[in-house]
Amino acid sequence: MALRMWASSTAKAHKLSCASKSHLSSAFSLSRCFSTVLDGLKYASSHEWVKHDGPVAIIGITDHAQRFQNESGTSVSKGGSFGAVESVKATSDVNSPISGEVVEVNTKLTETPGLINSSPYDDGWMIKVKPSSPSELGSLMGPKEYTKFCEEEEVH
Amino acid sequence: MTKIQAQNVGSPLMNLIKLRGVPILQQLHLEEKLLRTSSDNWCIINDGTDDPTVVMGISGKPAELIEIEPVLQDHMPVIKRFTGGGTVIVDQGTIFVTFICNKDLIPGLQPYPRPIMNWSSILYNEVFRGIGKFSLRENDYVFGDHKFGGNAQSITKNRWIHHTSFLWDYDIKNMAYLKVPKRAPEYRLARGHLDFICCMKDYISRSDFIDGTTKAVGSHFSLNSTQLASIEVPSNAEFTPSTRLLSKQELEAAALSQTDESSA
Repeated sequence: MALRMWASSTAKAHKLSCASKSHLSSAFSLSRCFSTVLDGLKYASSHEWVKHDGPVAIIGITDHAQRFQNESGTSVSKGGSFGAVESVKATSDVNSPISGEVVEVNTKLTETPGLINSSPYDDGWMIKVKPSSPSELGSLMGPKEYTKFCEEEEVH
Repeated sequence: MTKIQAQNVGSPLMNLIKLRGVPILQQLHLEEKLLRTSSDNWCIINDGTDDPTVVMGISGKPAELIEIEPVLQDHMPVIKRFTGGGTVIVDQGTIFVTFICNKDLIPGLQPYPRPIMNWSSILYNEVFRGIGKFSLRENDYVFGDHKFGGNAQSITKNRWIHHTSFLWDYDIKNMAYLKVPKRAPEYRLARGHLDFICCMKDYISRSDFIDGTTKAVGSHFSLNSTQLASIEVPSNAEFTPSTRLLSKQELEAAALSQTDESSA
C-alpha cells in the first residue's frame, strides 16, 4: 500500500479546533480487534491518535483508519481539517483531535506516504502540535475504550 | 417552492436536484459547497454538460494523465476536482449522479470508501435490474467487463459525497485526449479506452435511466424536489471551492515536463 503526501508549509501557521468527545480511561494494552491499538496513546472517535511528547503532541491516524485506506497509490492533501488522505477513488479528511498550533509536518510522507499504512503509530505520524488546551487530551479515549469502539463499529 | 413526494414518508429526507447541461465546473462547485456547508442530504442529477471538459481527481498530474499538446491546441478545458479518483472527459453524453449525505443517514453504513461504494451498487442494481449484466467491478460500474460509470468520493468528519459520471454516449475523438493511466483496475487488462468502456445508450434510454435512478432513490428516502435557485446554505458558512480550472501556464509547464521525460 502506498500513500503520497502533499506537505504544505502553511500547516505550521494553522490553529486547530478540538474535535473530540469526552472519554476518560486508564490505559492498558489491547489488540483484540483486527486493528492494532497501542498503549500510551489517546484516541479520537474519528480514528486519530495523539501522543503527548513534552511540549508537543504528535498526531496520526490509527491502524483501524489506515486499513480502510487500503488501496494503492494514496495521497495526503490539505482540506478543511488539517489534511486528508487519498485512496484510489476517495479523499478522506483527517481531523485534529486537539486544539493547538501545528509546529511540524512529517515531510517523509511526501516521498514515502506508504508509511501511514505500514507504520501508522510511528514513522507514519502526520503532524506535531503545540497544544493550546492540554486538558483536551484527558477527554480522548484510552486504548481499551478505543478498541471497544472499533469492535462495535465493525459489528455494524 | 419545494415539493415533497410522499413515496416514502417516514424515511430520511433526500433533496433531489435535477439539472440539464449545467457546466461541470459549476456542478462541482455546488457539490463541494453542499458537502462542506450544508447539513442536509442531496442527490444531484445533471443530464449532460454543454462543453467537453477533462476532469482530473485531486492528485491528478496532467503530464501523466492527459495528452497535453492536443489539449492545448484545441483549448480543451482541464479541471482538477476536489474528490479522489481518475481522469474523465465529460460532455453532453455524460450523465452525472451525485449523493451528498450525512454519515449517519444510512443505518450501519460505515463512512469509508468501500462501504459507500458497495451501498451505491445496491441502489444501481435496482436501476439496472434486467438490463445488461450490471455490477460494481472494483470501483467501476460495468456491463460485463466494460466500464460505463466512474466513481469518486470525498469523506469529511460528518459527511460524504459519492459522485458518478455515467457514459451514456461519448465522442470517440475525445478519448484521444486521455492517456492510458499507469494505475488501472486489474480487470482492465491493459485494454485501450475504446475496448474498455461501453455506452449506456446501448442498454437504456436517457430518460429511463434518470427516471429509474429517481425511483430507486425514492425507494430509500423521502424525496424533496428542489430547484437550484432555492438552495440555501447558512449565511455564516465560509467556503472557497478547491475545484478549479487549470491555467494555460500550468498545462504548458506540464507539457514541458512531459517532453523532458520522453527525451531523458
